[in-house]
Amino acid sequence: MAETNCCCLGDATQARKLQEVIEKYKGMDGALIPVLHEAQEIYGYLPLSVQKKISEELNVSLAEIYGVVTFYTQFSLNPKGKYRISVCLGTACYVKGAAAIIDKLKEKLGIDVGECTEDGKFSLDACRCVGACGLAPVMMINDDVYGRLVPDEIEGILKKY
Amino acid sequence: MEMVNITIDTRKIQVPKNYTVLEAAKYANIDIPTLCFLKDINEIGACRMCVVEIKGSRSLQAACVYPVSEGLEIYTQTPAVREARKVTLELILSNHDRKCLTCVRSRNCELQKLAEDLNIKDIRFEGETYKQPIDDFSPSIVRDPNKCVLCRRCVSMCKNVQGVAVIDTMERGFKTIVSPAFHKSLDEVPCTMCGQCINVCPVGALREKDDTDKVWEALANKDLHVVVQTAPAVRVALGEEFGMPIGTRVTSNMIAALRRLGFRKVFDTDTAADLTIMEEGHELLERIKNGGKLPLITSCSPGWIKFCEHYYPEFLDNLSTCKSPHEMFGAVLKSYYAEKMGIDPSKIFVVSIMPCTAKKFEAQRPELSSTGYPDVDVVLTTRELARMIREAGIDFTELPERHFDDPMGEASGAGVIFGATGGVMEAALRTVAEILEGKSIDNIEYTQVRGVEGIKEATVEAGGMKIKAAVAHGLGNARKLLDRIKAGEAEYHFVEIMACPGGCVNGGGQPIQPSKVRSWIDIRAERAKAIYEEDRSLPIRKSHENPKVQMLYREYFGEPGSHKAHELLHTKYTPRENYPEK
Repeated sequence: MAETNCCCLGDATQARKLQEVIEKYKGMDGALIPVLHEAQEIYGYLPLSVQKKISEELNVSLAEIYGVVTFYTQFSLNPKGKYRISVCLGTACYVKGAAAIIDKLKEKLGIDVGECTEDGKFSLDACRCVGACGLAPVMMINDDVYGRLVPDEIEGILKKY
Repeated sequence: MEMVNITIDTRKIQVPKNYTVLEAAKYANIDIPTLCFLKDINEIGACRMCVVEIKGSRSLQAACVYPVSEGLEIYTQTPAVREARKVTLELILSNHDRKCLTCVRSRNCELQKLAEDLNIKDIRFEGETYKQPIDDFSPSIVRDPNKCVLCRRCVSMCKNVQGVAVIDTMERGFKTIVSPAFHKSLDEVPCTMCGQCINVCPVGALREKDDTDKVWEALANKDLHVVVQTAPAVRVALGEEFGMPIGTRVTSNMIAALRRLGFRKVFDTDTAADLTIMEEGHELLERIKNGGKLPLITSCSPGWIKFCEHYYPEFLDNLSTCKSPHEMFGAVLKSYYAEKMGIDPSKIFVVSIMPCTAKKFEAQRPELSSTGYPDVDVVLTTRELARMIREAGIDFTELPERHFDDPMGEASGAGVIFGATGGVMEAALRTVAEILEGKSIDNIEYTQVRGVEGIKEATVEAGGMKIKAAVAHGLGNARKLLDRIKAGEAEYHFVEIMACPGGCVNGGGQPIQPSKVRSWIDIRAERAKAIYEEDRSLPIRKSHENPKVQMLYREYFGEPGSHKAHELLHTKYTPRENYPEK
């Protein structure tokens, strides 16, 4: 059972922004996906409370919304950390050993792909090609790019944050 | 209707222009296999079982969604078609949980039938499988995703017909699953437990919570006085489980089989339906007279009640406070009957045979235990009863003639018609109109409220009063009707709502007819026909003329709406939160 920690609509600013987004798209055909995108920008992820609010406002069932959220890898059910780690699993990076990088990160952070550390510092995701195949294997931490990685470098990189 | 000329397997035929290839083939009596298709409910061309060759078309086309056009040439049995269907079926089977021997749908499974029809001897592929947990937390419905073929018939039924939409497809690829949001249990989401999803499932992925073991155990317990009651819709459908035509009345066989199973008494819930009419009719007249909350809305359908509690709490005060008939009967059995027969109510075990899965949930409601014991101990669906009859080795077709037991024996025709949409309304009108007129009325068939139209209206004049009535069946139609009332666009005195399309005859606990039957025959109408036949066959057709009901008031309740009646026959409702966040 996927659980989320949040049981409210975040702070007042977030709630107000979400309401604005909903008003912007309400009544339009295909409103759901743009609303989900912008909601994720506001909250960093899409917890039950946010999906429920969207469901009530757009009159789309929660089951359908959850179906869309879990269909597209773009959408996340878990909060993101202050530092978002994305490891490229594109063909070049994969061939060059990205799996070992992910394993090392999982070990060092104690979390699985798609999760966030308890202190909210790091979250770990696998992503598709970031367009830096020449540097494979590649990972990004927020906007910083790290290339030609070997597992032993990971600990040192994490210490910088 | 404009017609077009088409050729199907070299036969030239004329069909209406709006037909699909599948409908045209059906018209020409040519069988095309289908799996995800269910007429008017799920026409999405997803499973590809129904592919055919169309002259001039590059690839095979799904017959269920391909429209006919002038001069169309269709081939339903070419080698390419046969091979494609076989491969598709093998792929569907490649990750299916193939434990047919212990599957509740064995011998009534559309997938199993396809494998047989298409002569599948070996499955060449082994698909990636995930062992998914079985969701059996709901008291009514069990979900087994391992058996699911992702046809989406249940999703469409829940969303498009019932307007409930608690299940949908989640995730993607091999991990795709039909489930409630956040992989919750059906028990944790605003599911009405109507069970319509079960009735449209082609396989064993959705089924009722089987409670037959509890009944076998009770029957074997010599300390218990185990009695059974049967709802009106059961007798017009149970025969289907034993190969009889849809709409066969098997009242006598059913009673005889229940006796053989060992029930001490076999009662007719229709008697309690008559009792419901007395209480509800009284309630209606009271509310009209004293300016009470109107419209009064019927409360017999537990799927509707749960729907109202979740989605329309503003109408809870409109609901009749009457318990549903079988719950009333349970309370009467554990009070009046217990006293009369000198049996300790704690030793009375009441089993209800219902066309309904929502009644399993209803029976567990804590407020429905007026005597200190649950009014009803176990609810079995029509299908579960059939299972018990088979398990006991009873030849259902060869049984002696039997009648319901006293002291609550035969009921009125008004009680019988509770089983079809409009029936509760008609039964109530038969009594209320006579009370208002102050004399017997001969024409008692209110045909305006019969039939399968989604929302029906009637105005009945009696005693100088005009009673405006409306009937909705299927929760999607209930939504439409309630929204109209809410918006002030319609005004009624009395509204009947049943959760299932067609009413109880098509309840979530009724025998399952495959898409091949359901798509082309209106089983709601066929079973309802039998209900109205039974009504016409009975000597007494008005609830207030039922001598058993008169006896109950004389000996026990005094009059409708009395203090004692309120204690035992009425209940209350609670708003329910949707998707509570802990």
